[in-house]
Amino acid sequence: MSSLSYIFKRLLLMIPTFFLVMVIIFMLVRLLPGDPAIAMAGDRASDADIQAIRERLGLTQPMLVQFWLFLSNTVQGDLGRSILMRTDVASVIADRLPITVFLAVYSVVLSLLIAGPLAFVAALNRGRWPDAVIRTVFQVGLSMPVFYIGLVLLTFLAAQLRLFPVGGYGDTFGERLYHLFLPSVTVALYTSAIIMRNLRSAIIEVLDAEYVQFARAKGLPPRLILGRHVLRNALISTVTLLGLSIGNLMSGTLVTETVFAVPGMGRLMLEAIFARDYPLIQGLTLTFALLVSLVFLMTDLFQSRLDPRMRLQ
Amino acid sequence: MSDATFPTDRPSLLRMALCKPGFMVGILIIGFSVLLAIFPGFFAPYDPNALDYLAVRQPPSWAHPFGTDLLGRDSLSRVIWAYQVNMQMAVFGTVFALVTGVVVGALVGYYRGIADLIFGRIVDAVITFPFLVLVIAVVAVLGPGLINMYIAISVVYWVYYARLMRAEVIAQMGNDYAAAGVVMGYSDRRIIFRHLLPNAITPVVVYWMTDMALVILLGSSLGYLGLGAQPPQAEWGVLIAEGRNFISTAWWLSLMPGIAIVLTGLGFSLLGDGLADLLRPRG
Amino acid sequence: MQDQSPILEVDRLNTTFHRNGRPLPALRDVSFSVARGEVLGLVGESGSGKSVTLRSIIGLARRYGEVTGQILWQGRDLLPMPDRALRQVQGREIAMIFQEPMTSLNPLLTVGLQLEETLQSHTDLPRAARRDRAVEMLDLVGIPSAAQRLKDYPHQFSGGMRQRVMIAIALAANPKLLLADEPTTALDVTIQAQILDLILRLADEMDMGVVLVTHDLGVVAQTCDNVAVMYAGRIVEQGPVRDVLREPRHPYTVGLMRSVPENLPPRTPLYSVPGTPPGLDALPPGCAFAPRCAACIQPCQQDRPGLSLIADGRQVACFNPVTKAEGNAA
Repeated sequence: MSSLSYIFKRLLLMIPTFFLVMVIIFMLVRLLPGDPAIAMAGDRASDADIQAIRERLGLTQPMLVQFWLFLSNTVQGDLGRSILMRTDVASVIADRLPITVFLAVYSVVLSLLIAGPLAFVAALNRGRWPDAVIRTVFQVGLSMPVFYIGLVLLTFLAAQLRLFPVGGYGDTFGERLYHLFLPSVTVALYTSAIIMRNLRSAIIEVLDAEYVQFARAKGLPPRLILGRHVLRNALISTVTLLGLSIGNLMSGTLVTETVFAVPGMGRLMLEAIFARDYPLIQGLTLTFALLVSLVFLMTDLFQSRLDPRMRLQ
Repeated sequence: MSDATFPTDRPSLLRMALCKPGFMVGILIIGFSVLLAIFPGFFAPYDPNALDYLAVRQPPSWAHPFGTDLLGRDSLSRVIWAYQVNMQMAVFGTVFALVTGVVVGALVGYYRGIADLIFGRIVDAVITFPFLVLVIAVVAVLGPGLINMYIAISVVYWVYYARLMRAEVIAQMGNDYAAAGVVMGYSDRRIIFRHLLPNAITPVVVYWMTDMALVILLGSSLGYLGLGAQPPQAEWGVLIAEGRNFISTAWWLSLMPGIAIVLTGLGFSLLGDGLADLLRPRG
Repeated sequence: MQDQSPILEVDRLNTTFHRNGRPLPALRDVSFSVARGEVLGLVGESGSGKSVTLRSIIGLARRYGEVTGQILWQGRDLLPMPDRALRQVQGREIAMIFQEPMTSLNPLLTVGLQLEETLQSHTDLPRAARRDRAVEMLDLVGIPSAAQRLKDYPHQFSGGMRQRVMIAIALAANPKLLLADEPTTALDVTIQAQILDLILRLADEMDMGVVLVTHDLGVVAQTCDNVAVMYAGRIVEQGPVRDVLREPRHPYTVGLMRSVPENLPPRTPLYSVPGTPPGLDALPPGCAFAPRCAACIQPCQQDRPGLSLIADGRQVACFNPVTKAEGNAA
């Protein structure tokens, strides 16, 4: 099957998933107890105010009509109007999206840079002290909540030692790398722990695989065995895991954006929640879901490039 | 290697457990945490809510080993009392998802058919949301607070358990004994609950342990963000949030609850890893 | 057939793995030799150390455990050799093929690449010549339209074809000794004979020695010059195939031969050696076979019989060897 028709088939499969995603988002606001109009209007609002909000949100119409409107508006890119920002939800998100994407990609790169070499060192020294030290450190890392890592880094590296800015985003690419370094490291410390674990055991498994034994018996030099035979095979499961952890990573960016005052989607999400800005919450949740499924798609494509067995199916 | 890796015998589980220092450390940490959670009054030197305006933000001393907070409350006592809340999270944050997930996963895995197709779509949809985003969105609608947090976590998380359980049940169905049960005319209920469930549940239990660690991290994160436990309740995330603005002058306020989180999380994950090692089928 | 002096001499080879902190003696005092062009069969039940023997010779086992003794390859001891020097022997002078053609080829790389990388490591051939040689090798092992199949991946071949590919890779650099670890066990019965014939034909053409691990005495009878029977990490009997099979002296060899269902009238109950081999961490103090042995006598329980010469070229490790007069006493 050509990769183009594979992509097409994969995109088709996303349609029912996204229909359900829309249903979930819709139900979140409509079906859970509590009237969003009352919540949005605040304590001092009059009944007329509340009714006005209801009408604006379309809450007075029948459920199915509401869902249809929600669906068709969303498909047309109309996510409603943010109460908090007093402008289009779509344009607010468009402003913040690049920041979060930058942060996420940065974090992935950093976690691979941290986890990759260490996983190799640990796997090649399996059972000896370097392995034990690396695993213990990462086990502790895995037990640290992201906000706590962030807080510690922020306090000591940014506030005390003034090595990094305390917050903000920067304008040029270089500035962004600098400004978002600590927030990304914060997320990366957590995700790299997951990746390191998986990559280490994948490498160990591959090292013991018969085809690696065969490669050794062929008298190949170690760099060829590690680079060509071990790494490629170990990467397959790690790429899958990385794809599947994208939700975790996004959760991490949400927290880290809050801790470091990075004006991304995660921080906006929290602001929207405290302001009870339902259109914005809906829009953000949907955007996050879109991002994640985009990454799933990319993971699939990457995997099928890496593994010839998947290309034929 | 075919000949080199033959397992020749199976040492007893207990002996294996004793050989694994990580597992032992995990048991010790969690055992002690459970004690602290059940008898906080016995271990805490002070009333966690006793205010003392004459001893505000005091650094650690003999009288107050972890110092005191903004209102003069004893930090150590607050960290200890928080064990009650945070250990409770590990239970209430997971148990409903676990039970629902196991039951749904087992049924869907056993009967397959249309229910399984629908379930598959639900899984696809739920894993498309970043976990925290969905939980936060549910909390946002229900309002912040511990109970709502449990609801939010359970509403989202049962899917993950069910997915795991379904996969295990399907794998077990491939085994001969399940087919044998069908051939012997056992009732579905008997096959599911007496034969499939006990065999399929092991990985789920292992996952449960690591999940407890995750939920404690998640719960304290929500507490920190103001969406979980609410002050003045002593909860680690809340305590860290309270000390956040004084981190350079009164570092002990955020440091101590942080250590408690890391220790407990570590305990659960060591326990989970140890269990996984012990229960993993060898051969 | 074989000639003159041995190219490989294995002397008191001991391989020990460690599991849960306890040593597992996988091989004990294994000694044998292979001459140029000779086919030596290694037989025994699974876990008897056949495979470990091969892996110890080619230097795979030392990554997993302790290997001591002497492995003289054309006069040089392979054991103390550093990895770098050993790689000049691996694949170039001694090659190995594995049991599972499914798992022994890297699923992510084309067979052409897996063939060429051997050539690249062991020859000075330029790229084009390597490719020609790769086609030639695939052709040699009987893969149709070889040139087109270079860029295929292992999963695009059937089991038998994959085993042929593995043989082609192993023999690409013209080794003088082939270690074959149950090369036909994983294959269909109809394919097994073809693969064995292929190996033997190529060994003959290339004047290559072969150590063939198998648990099939029938295969040994058809293909080998000499045979060594292994039990619980030791060689218990060895000698020329014809002599050993005609007149087995060790009770275990007798048992193995009886369990081959050949020339039996229909509905004869199949024979199997009673009991199971001992675990390597629970070996009895005396002869490891004693608990299962019908000819077991007093000293077998306490002392371990050494391998001793009983006739020209024949060795057996038994206090109470089977004699012709006793027939199949065991």
